[in-house]
Amino acid sequence: MARPEEHTTRSRDRVGTPWAGEGAGPRAPRPAAYPGRVRARLTGRSAVEHGLRALCLAAALAPLLMLLVVTATLLVSALPAIRFSGLDFFTGRVFSFGNLYGGTPTVHHGVAAPHNASYGAAPLIVGTLLTSVIALVVAVPIAVGGALVLVERIPRRLQGGLSIFLELLAGIPSVVFGLWALLVLGPLLAQHVYPTLARLGVLVPFLRGPVGNGQGLLTASLMLAVMIVPIVAATTRDLLRTVPVLHKEAALALGMTRFEAVRVVTLPFVRNGIAAAAILGWARALGETMAVLMVSGNALNIFPYNLYAPTTTIAATIAAMLDSALTDATGMGVSALAEAGLALLTITLLTNWIGRQIARRTAGVPLPVGRGF
Amino acid sequence: MRSIRRSAADLGFWALCSLGLMMIVGPAVWIVVGLLRSALPLISFRLLAQDTAHLGLQNAIVGTLVLGLGVLVIAGPVGVGAGIYLSEFAGRRLASVARFFPEILAGVPSIVVGYAAYVLLVVRFHWGYSLLAAILAPSALVTPYVVKSTEVALRQLPTSLRDGARALGLPTVTTLRRVLLPPALPGIVNGMVVALAISTGETAPLLYTAGFSDANPTPSLLHHPVGYLTYVVYTDIQLPSARMHQLANAAADVTLLVLLALILVGRLLGYHSARRAARMSL
Repeated sequence: MARPEEHTTRSRDRVGTPWAGEGAGPRAPRPAAYPGRVRARLTGRSAVEHGLRALCLAAALAPLLMLLVVTATLLVSALPAIRFSGLDFFTGRVFSFGNLYGGTPTVHHGVAAPHNASYGAAPLIVGTLLTSVIALVVAVPIAVGGALVLVERIPRRLQGGLSIFLELLAGIPSVVFGLWALLVLGPLLAQHVYPTLARLGVLVPFLRGPVGNGQGLLTASLMLAVMIVPIVAATTRDLLRTVPVLHKEAALALGMTRFEAVRVVTLPFVRNGIAAAAILGWARALGETMAVLMVSGNALNIFPYNLYAPTTTIAATIAAMLDSALTDATGMGVSALAEAGLALLTITLLTNWIGRQIARRTAGVPLPVGRGF
Repeated sequence: MRSIRRSAADLGFWALCSLGLMMIVGPAVWIVVGLLRSALPLISFRLLAQDTAHLGLQNAIVGTLVLGLGVLVIAGPVGVGAGIYLSEFAGRRLASVARFFPEILAGVPSIVVGYAAYVLLVVRFHWGYSLLAAILAPSALVTPYVVKSTEVALRQLPTSLRDGARALGLPTVTTLRRVLLPPALPGIVNGMVVALAISTGETAPLLYTAGFSDANPTPSLLHHPVGYLTYVVYTDIQLPSARMHQLANAAADVTLLVLLALILVGRLLGYHSARRAARMSL
């Protein structure tokens, strides 16, 4: 398929405006010299077109506006909490709204919060990073391997059919993932897999200890892995189709096995694109809310003591705790959650931006928007 | 002759990759078939006839439909307009900047958008839990999908179409309306289907904008909470009652069926537009 950039506005302007064809004939007066209606006929830009152009420009600016509104709203709302906690937000281990039913409010840095309130988000940040990184480590090999088989070994006719499963995984709502992990995956793992893993704890301390009921760090991570596989796999699939056939054939003609051809030719060609897709998948895992909320075990103020321990994430905490934050008369609870949201927004914006920069600089395939549809 | 070691490595590698593919297909089938098998028997006419207070889903289904319609009304025109601007009006450099923001917006976590909507719309603007807030929050999340698909659908069209329209001296507006948009329509509609699918499955941006209501949605845009399907899944599975669990499963099943239908429609549209584009570029 031809690259879409081929027909640009520039080429249209050259054809559409008679005076732009420089050279032959006497120079036509500049269109600005004519009265409005004549100018409209000469340039082909009527009032209707100007209107449409303006409307479309407004629409094109809407995403930027939405981004600005979201960021500004969170920032303004978070300011009191930022002043109250300072750097304790990142290092503090206790995230508590304090005594919401009485007691004298504590005043700190000129901001009042309920008695005993403390907004330390370290466990949330650690939980967010741990779940998403484990998910990424599990998902990337599966996605890349699956995409390799799909593109390199399976006939083209079947590829489309198998790709439906990627779309399906990308489209399943997060509450349905959560329901599945809560009712099916978690109990299954806790009964049959985790006890075996725990026996390996003799060697690896993080695997030791009680395996719990299947709601916790590892279950949440594995579920997240399933959720981010489609982003990475769909991008890798599209990238693999851009690898020049001649290079692959040359490798095979030299007597390489297909595995060696993949290792020497294909993978170096798509490496950067896969990295970009992985970063995008990571961003999705960082921000996932409902599914994690349902299977993380909703730990409060503890760091996970082993791989099966309950944990929580920033996103899940915001969803879970806003209800009680609303009862905080000082408004500090809502503000602290806004600060957590701001931290999450910053991390995901950065990861998205880095991923897209890598893709723009090095890979020939545009990254999918959002979920990888 | 290849050594046995190299052949074995080759075999092992492809076996591992196949395992990867199975671990993509497997969970998808497992989730869908598992849920359909356990929850299809729970689906009955009763779900449509009763509201959630009486173990039905009427208000949730109606609410999800209304919200989906509202999201299309907001995200549809905005997304299509932005897509047209990116493909037809913006210069190359401006387009690459303007393309960046929808991509970034699509990556913003849904709970963050939901929380901002809560702080701004529900509290600051005094809208309360309301239909309008519950439409605007997911609209922000799914607009990028419509932008992208509109832009791609327009750009895929062969240059000859534009050249022909230009040779006829058609104004840009007429070119768009009569020449470019009709063949691009399946692709654009596909983007809306994706947007609808994603907004149907979302919960996080609705938690604190829609609230929840056991009654059917009212025509008033403000101050009246709205019920929706995914909330029932999330909430009722945590309630200590087998019948509530069944209701959650049934709600998940209905959501999944809607999604499957939308994915199917999207597939057909995508197939249709690809064939059309291929036919025209000859």
